Amino acid sequence: MAIETPLKGFIGESIKRKEDDRFIRGKGNYVDDIVLPGMLHMAILRSPFAHARIHSIDTTAAQALPGVVAVVTGKLLEQHKLAWMPTLSGDTQAVLATDKVRFQGQEVACVIATDPYVARDALPLIDVGYEVLPAVVDPSKALEPGAPVIRDEKEGQTSNHIYHWEAGNKGKTDDAFAKADRVVSLETFYPRCHPSPVETCGIVADVNPATGHATLYMTSQAPHAHRTLFAIVAGLPEQNIRIVSPDIGGGFGNKVPIYPGYVVATAASLLIGKPVKWVEDRSENLISTGFARDFHMKGEMAMRNDGRILGIRVKLLSDNGAFYADAQPTKFRAGLFHIVTGSYDIPAAHVVADGAYTNKAPGGVAYRCSFRVTEASYLIERLVETAAIELDQDPAELRVKNFIQPDQFPYKSATGFEYDSGQYEKALRLALDKVGYDELRKEQAEKRKKGELMGIGIASFTEVVGAGPGKHYDIAGLRMFDSAELRVHPTGKAILKLGVKSQGQGHETTFAQIVTEELGIPAADVEVQEGDTDNTPYGLGTYASRSTPVGGAATAMVSRKLRDKAKKIAAHLLEASEADIDFDHGKFFVRGSPSKSKTIQDVAFAAYTNLPDGMEAGLEGVTYYDPPNMTFPFGTYLVVVDIDRGTGQVKVRRMVAVDDCGVRINPMIVEGQIHGGLAEGFGIAFMELITFDEEGNCLGSNFTDYLLPTSWETPKFETYETVTPSPHHPIGAKGVGESATVGSPAAFVNAVIDAVGHLGIKNIDMPVTSDKVWTALKEAGAAE
Amino acid sequence: MNRSITATVNGEKVSTEVEPRLLLVHFIRERLRLTGTHIGCDTSHCGACTVLLDGVPVKSCTVLAVQADGRQLTTVEAIGAGQLHPIQKAFKEEHGLQCGFCTPGMMLSSFALLADNPDPTEEEIRWALSGNICRCTGYMNIVKAVRSAAVQMKQAAAVPAGAVAGS
Ligand code: FES
Ligand code: FES
Repeated sequence: MAIETPLKGFIGESIKRKEDDRFIRGKGNYVDDIVLPGMLHMAILRSPFAHARIHSIDTTAAQALPGVVAVVTGKLLEQHKLAWMPTLSGDTQAVLATDKVRFQGQEVACVIATDPYVARDALPLIDVGYEVLPAVVDPSKALEPGAPVIRDEKEGQTSNHIYHWEAGNKGKTDDAFAKADRVVSLETFYPRCHPSPVETCGIVADVNPATGHATLYMTSQAPHAHRTLFAIVAGLPEQNIRIVSPDIGGGFGNKVPIYPGYVVATAASLLIGKPVKWVEDRSENLISTGFARDFHMKGEMAMRNDGRILGIRVKLLSDNGAFYADAQPTKFRAGLFHIVTGSYDIPAAHVVADGAYTNKAPGGVAYRCSFRVTEASYLIERLVETAAIELDQDPAELRVKNFIQPDQFPYKSATGFEYDSGQYEKALRLALDKVGYDELRKEQAEKRKKGELMGIGIASFTEVVGAGPGKHYDIAGLRMFDSAELRVHPTGKAILKLGVKSQGQGHETTFAQIVTEELGIPAADVEVQEGDTDNTPYGLGTYASRSTPVGGAATAMVSRKLRDKAKKIAAHLLEASEADIDFDHGKFFVRGSPSKSKTIQDVAFAAYTNLPDGMEAGLEGVTYYDPPNMTFPFGTYLVVVDIDRGTGQVKVRRMVAVDDCGVRINPMIVEGQIHGGLAEGFGIAFMELITFDEEGNCLGSNFTDYLLPTSWETPKFETYETVTPSPHHPIGAKGVGESATVGSPAAFVNAVIDAVGHLGIKNIDMPVTSDKVWTALKEAGAAE
Repeated sequence: MNRSITATVNGEKVSTEVEPRLLLVHFIRERLRLTGTHIGCDTSHCGACTVLLDGVPVKSCTVLAVQADGRQLTTVEAIGAGQLHPIQKAFKEEHGLQCGFCTPGMMLSSFALLADNPDPTEEEIRWALSGNICRCTGYMNIVKAVRSAAVQMKQAAAVPAGAVAGS
C-alpha cells in the first residue's frame, strides 16, 4: 500500500525527532536543572593519594562553617551499614573510605550545605590524616608476589588477582597451532579511556522522612535495575523508592554504575530530611567514574601460508582498578570478549583472561560498546592487518578469504556464539567500491616510490549486542529481558512506556515508529515515556545497544498483542468473522472488499464504547521480551590517511563506513548514531587517554589533558548501508548505537600501520599521537 | 561583600546583588533559573555554557557574574522565544542534536558565526564551533544544520520586508 504524505512514521521513514522541540528551546530537563524546595547541596572530598591508610578524619572546622549542615564520613555510614556497596561484578566498593584510600580521587567525606559554593568551601577544612602507601599502577606488577595487597580488607584476598576466565577450546586450538604454517602475533594495549558524556553524573535525592518514600532523580541508564540495587544496598522497601531518570545528556556507559555520590546523597537526605543535590564536576567525572578498556592483549593466529586462519589464541590482562566494578553480565568475567573471532570462520579459539586490582579508579564500563566487544574487535582486526603485512597479501582479500559465508548462518563460533545473520563480503565490497580502493592502492604505490606515507585501513567488524537471553545474561542476577507497555486511548492516541532509557538515542521517535508500523497509529500520536520507575514496566535499561534489539522487540510484540484484540473488535464492527479480517497500515478490512474497513482509531474508540459481548474493555497491554539470541550487527570501515614524515602527524583523508544493523527504523537517527560512534572511535584512536604516573596520579583528569575531538579535528564521514535483517528479531533490527565505536578504532590504526608497515613498524598503540608516530618513524630511520 | 549588578538578560533589565566570585553560568542557571545554559566541564573546553555577551559568544563558566554588569546577555531561551529561529529549525531538520546537552551552546556559537559571516564554508563552520564539544553527533549534522540555517537566513533576508508582513 502506498505510504501517505506527510510521513506517519512507518519503519524506514526518517521522520524528524519528537524530542527535539524541547532541546532546541533550552527546555530539556536534566538532573542539574531540578530544584526542590529546601534543597541542600553536596560536595565530595576526594583522596589526593592513590594508596594511603587513613588514620583520622577531623571534620570540626568544616562543620563550623556557616551554611554547612552536615559532614558525612565513612564512619557515619558504617553505623548504617552503608560504608561499602556491592558492584555490578559482585565485588564490593567503598562508598566513603574508612580504612584506606585505594585510588586518587576516591570519595573520603561529603559536605552537605545550603549553598553549593559553601559545600566546596568546607572541603579543605576537613583534616584527614593519611599514611601514604606504595601505589600499584601496573597490573602485571600488581600480580607479582610481594606486591602490596590493595584489597587487604577482603577476607581471604592475599594478592591483587581478581579473576581467571577462559572461553573456547584449548586442546583444539593447540592442535590448530601445531598444524599451522606460521603464527602471526600481536601484543597490544587498549588504553584506559572514558565515555565523558557532556553532562556529568548527578542526583537529586528526596527522601520524605514522614512517609519513607525516596524519590531519586538520577542520571541513570538503567533506572529499574538501580532501584532494585538501591533497595538492596540501603535496605529501603523497593516500592518506596522511585527513580526518575530525566533527560540525560549522553551516557555511553558512564551512567550504568551506581556511584558513591548517589548513595551518600540519598543517605544524607534520609538523615537530614531534606532533598540533597549532588552533581559532579568534570574532574570528578574523569577521575572517579566508570572508565573503559584498560586491556592488555596478546593475540596469536595460526595461519596457513595461503592466508586461511586456522585458530586464534588470546591472553588478556585487565586492569580493573581498586574495585572490580565492570558493568557486565555476571557469568562473563571478561564481558563478551570471546566474540574475538569476529567476522571470520576460525575453527578453533581459546581466550584466557585475568584481572588485577591496581590503585586506580574502578569502572570497566563499556564505553559505547557491548561488554568488551570493542577490545575484541580491535584485536582481531589488528591481527588480520598484521597477517596481511606478514604474508604480503591484500588486507581486503585476506578478509574475504576468511569471512563466514552467508550460507553458514546461523553460524556457531568457536567460542560458543550463534551468529544470527551476515553478508560480510557484500559490506566490504561496497566500502571498497565507494572509497575507490584499487585507485587508492595505485596512488599509494606511487607515493611510496616518492617516499610519501599514505595508508588505507580496513576493519570488517562483527559485534554482539542486545543481551539477553536472560538464561545466559544477567546484571547482578537480574535477567536481561526488557519491557513495553502500550495503552491506546479511546481517541486512538497512545502512550508507550518502556523499561529502557534514552540518553540521546531518540527513543521517543524510534519506538513510536515501531507502534506506527505495527498498529498504524501515526508516530505523532504515540507518546513515549521512559525513566520513571513508578510509571514504566521493569526493564534492564539502555546500554550495550540493547534498546532496539530488546525494548524494540517488546514494543513490536505488545503492539501485536493489541492488534490481535483490535482485530476481534474490527470483526465485530464490520460484522465479519475474525478470520476474514486483514490489516494493513492502520486499517482493518474484510478480505476481498477493502472498501469495508475500520481504522485503528475507530477500533480504539470501540474498545471503550462498543465491544463484542464478553470482551474486556480497553486496548492496552504489557510485554516482557526475553530475546532468543543476541544480534550481530556488522560492517566494514575504511580509512585513508596521509602521514607527515616531518612531524608524525596523521591526517585522515577519507572515512567510509558501511554499516549493516539489520532493518533501519528511522534511517536519519541510525545515521546520527553512526556519526557519533565514528567520532568517538576517532577520539579513542588518536586522542583520548587516561594514564597514571608512578605514584598513581591520574594524568587525564580534565579536558585539558583528556582530549576529546572537536568539530575541527573530527574527519568527515561517508556512510553507506547494507541490510541483512536479524531473523529472530520481530522487525529484523539489530541495534546500532555502538557499532561505529567498536569497529572504527581498528580501521584508523590499521590505516596508520598500512602506511608505515613496509618500514618494519608493526604496531603503535592508541592513542596514535603524532609524537608516537614520529618516534616510530625515527626508530625505523624514516623520519624527516 | 556582595556587589550589585544590572544587566539586560534576554531583553529584560535585571538588577541584583551577587557574590563577586559567582560565575556567570551559575547566575544564569541558579539565580535566573534559565537552565538551557549547561555546564559540561571545569576547564573552559566544552562550550555547553556558551551565551552571548553583547552579541559575542562567551563561555559563561569562565566569566564572573559581575562582569556582566551593564551588558546585554542572550541565552538560548531568547533565540526562539516567539517563533523558532532558523538555526533552531535547522538543528531539528538536519538532526543536529541527540542528547541536546551541547545544543544550546552550539546554537549560540552558530548564531554568532552567522551574524559575522552569513555564508560560511564548511571549514569556517568547523573552526567556529571548535570550542563546543559534542559527544553524540560526530558534528556532521551540526555542520549541515549551520549551512542550512545560513541558506534559510539568506533567503529570508532576500524577501522584501513587505512580502514577509503580507505573508
Ligand atoms: S562549562 Fe563552560 S566551557 Fe565547559
Ligand atoms: S547532542 Fe549530545 S553532546 Fe551534542
